[in-house]
Amino acid sequence: MSTDLQTLLQEAEELAFDIDSSYVKAWKEKTGGLAIGYLPIYVPRELLHAQGCLPVGVLGAGDNLEIIRGDAYYQSYICHLPRSVIELGLTGRLDCMDGMLFPAICDVIRNLSGMWKMMAPEKLSRYLDVPQNFDPETGGLFYRHELEELSADLVKLGARPLTDEALRASIEVYNRHRVAVQSLYRLRQDEPWKVPSSELYLILRAGVILPVEEHLEMMASYEAAVRADTTRKPMDQARVLLTGSFCEQPPLGLIKTLERSGCYIVDDDLIQVHRWILSSIPTEGDPLDNLVQAFLSDTIDSPTRYIDDGVKGAELVQRVKDSRAEGLLFCAPSFCDPALLDQPMAVTAVEKAGIPWTSFLFSENTGQFQVIREQAGTFADSIKLWS
Amino acid sequence: MSKNQMTPDVQKDSSQLKQKQMIAEHYTRLAKAPDTGEKNAYTFVPGNLTELLRSFDLLPVLPEINALQSSMRGKSREYIAIAEKLGHSEDVCTYVKCDLGMMKSGNVGPTGERLPDPDLLLLSYTGCFTFMKWFEILREEYDAPVAMLHVPYQGDGVITDSMRKYVVDQLKTKVIPVMEKVSGKSYDEDRLKEMLTRSAKAEDDLVAVLESGKNTPSPIDAYFGGVYYIGPIFTAFRGTQDAVDYYEALRSEIDERVRLGKGPVTPEGEMKEEKYRIVVEGPPNWTSFRKFWKMFSDEGAVVVTSSYTKVGGVYDNGFRHDPDRPLESLAEYCMGCYTNLTLPSRVDMLAKYVEDYNADGLLINSIKSCNSFSAGQLMILREVEKRTGKPGGFIESDLVDPRYFSAANIKNRLESWFQMIQQRRDG
Repeated sequence: MSTDLQTLLQEAEELAFDIDSSYVKAWKEKTGGLAIGYLPIYVPRELLHAQGCLPVGVLGAGDNLEIIRGDAYYQSYICHLPRSVIELGLTGRLDCMDGMLFPAICDVIRNLSGMWKMMAPEKLSRYLDVPQNFDPETGGLFYRHELEELSADLVKLGARPLTDEALRASIEVYNRHRVAVQSLYRLRQDEPWKVPSSELYLILRAGVILPVEEHLEMMASYEAAVRADTTRKPMDQARVLLTGSFCEQPPLGLIKTLERSGCYIVDDDLIQVHRWILSSIPTEGDPLDNLVQAFLSDTIDSPTRYIDDGVKGAELVQRVKDSRAEGLLFCAPSFCDPALLDQPMAVTAVEKAGIPWTSFLFSENTGQFQVIREQAGTFADSIKLWS
Repeated sequence: MSKNQMTPDVQKDSSQLKQKQMIAEHYTRLAKAPDTGEKNAYTFVPGNLTELLRSFDLLPVLPEINALQSSMRGKSREYIAIAEKLGHSEDVCTYVKCDLGMMKSGNVGPTGERLPDPDLLLLSYTGCFTFMKWFEILREEYDAPVAMLHVPYQGDGVITDSMRKYVVDQLKTKVIPVMEKVSGKSYDEDRLKEMLTRSAKAEDDLVAVLESGKNTPSPIDAYFGGVYYIGPIFTAFRGTQDAVDYYEALRSEIDERVRLGKGPVTPEGEMKEEKYRIVVEGPPNWTSFRKFWKMFSDEGAVVVTSSYTKVGGVYDNGFRHDPDRPLESLAEYCMGCYTNLTLPSRVDMLAKYVEDYNADGLLINSIKSCNSFSAGQLMILREVEKRTGKPGGFIESDLVDPRYFSAANIKNRLESWFQMIQQRRDG
């Protein structure tokens, strides 16, 4: 792993947009392990890791692949992510995956799980249902059973059986990973000029490909390098929180555009798998129960998750306060049901709290940023001038 | 020329009159509820728990039905505009926006009377992610308790013990206690069992009606006509004696049509010649329902079976509500609804329909608003074509947004598809 910042970022970018799965193929050849792809937002990677599998985030091809066959599978009013996932599949780029997991976040990803079963009948294709009931005796038992079934499926593919000892060790390493990610987020909040979001994004996206241990090294190298870089000076930018991009990811050019338009992104929803569980998961006791309990009671308030007794928008307002953001950018993918159905409720809470906001839509392959640049620039100016 | 002069007299069977009376009485009860003190629950069609609600004397209110009724009354454009002005995206479900717009406009139901505010929001999260967001939105608007029932998806095409237990546990620990609190009544399993017995009887008759489409000519149109046949059992009446009587009468009328070799009744009268037998996947368009139907009936196209008539319950696979296993049976019902089935199961079902109903092919009406149905439909089409060797057709419209109904486009596509079927027949 390089320690030189530019080389490190180059490595991260190559991994982040490795649409040919070159790294995964090499890893499999080297280790003989199984690679399990997963769609956004969250899967319990600790479990896969404990059974010797490489969890691989399949976040779409962004603007790096022309979609030809994928478009023939979807009507114009379906979001872009599943088209590029289909394109990646049909062009053989995901052949190295021994299995694919489709978490329960929306109807499009849900139905994609069935499409994958038809496209790759010889491979594991599993819809990972997660409870919207958060009582340990009800939703907890159901989720535990889902995880046990997943674990059994992995064993059938040739993975090693799950043991408490291995799972504890995996929870341990992912706890360290959570701490490292939080550290980078805190550094960006405190000194956003040191951690441009376009860089942080690459580092975090590389982390859905790399084994967790290697990604820990990458994050440590990056943090050390930016802390040591004295050439990065503060600018007069508006601090904003970017929300709504938790599944389909905006193109890197869009993130850069927002920064160039005068925004410091001080919190976001990008690559949320790293931050889905908020704190360290205990390792004592039954580790599988601990994994379940963390999902039930210690996660972010995602629009894909029923908020039960919570107050809609309260967590978002709190995040704005915690990150000392001066404004909010609703940045959702076109046709994203969870984000767009949630947004009016979130706006109500945000306006009540007196937080300035603006909104725009994107697709992962959006190529024209001028309008967004003007909008975000005007928003940033208005914050600097009048807030 | 007035609308009445343009449209011939609609033939009304006794079952239709019965249904009309049931609906009118139901909405009158709802309208009077603030005075009579009757309590209600807003809930959804797929995975509805009508028997359970009624066992607590809670009256069901179905926002989806209100939305489609608003659309058929020409109100949805206005209601959707209201929701969009409030910040709801053009990209999302128009049922939600229509319902919200209706609420903001005084919550006037299909009979012209105001619907009561909910006493309970029963969020049966079955087969559609949007349901969850819809009731989160309604929760912001009303001061009513929410009972959330999360129904797991049949990702592997089966219902496991764990899934069944999860739903039953939620019924016991979340749903029933809230119903008891709202209604002020205790859970009465014997009463529930009586209702489930009546449900099973009505379901037998419904299946006989829907399967009559296997006859040539088909005595029913199982899509446009089908939405009327499923009305009582998919909405507020499953488990009631009214539903039993309705389906008994309907079955008898359809049996008679089969005996006489009659085709289906359309808005233009009885169809004389059945030229095309088709299977339809996806919900209908409600904004131009009659115009849409006429595009088929003008061509002599009869929908012999459809997936939409399974959205509130799949019964032609043998499932029946079972009074001996009341809560387990409700759980299985919820998990068995059409949009809760994985795509391979949907393909199996549709391909079997094309074969069993001796259909000329599968037509998909792809609905912009409904990702639950629509995401993956192009693959469904190809798979069913591949398995059956019958040509597939594909049209696009929306549930209740008139901006997404392009009559000329749909008509052109349908005519081309019918020509393709004819050419294949002619060799």
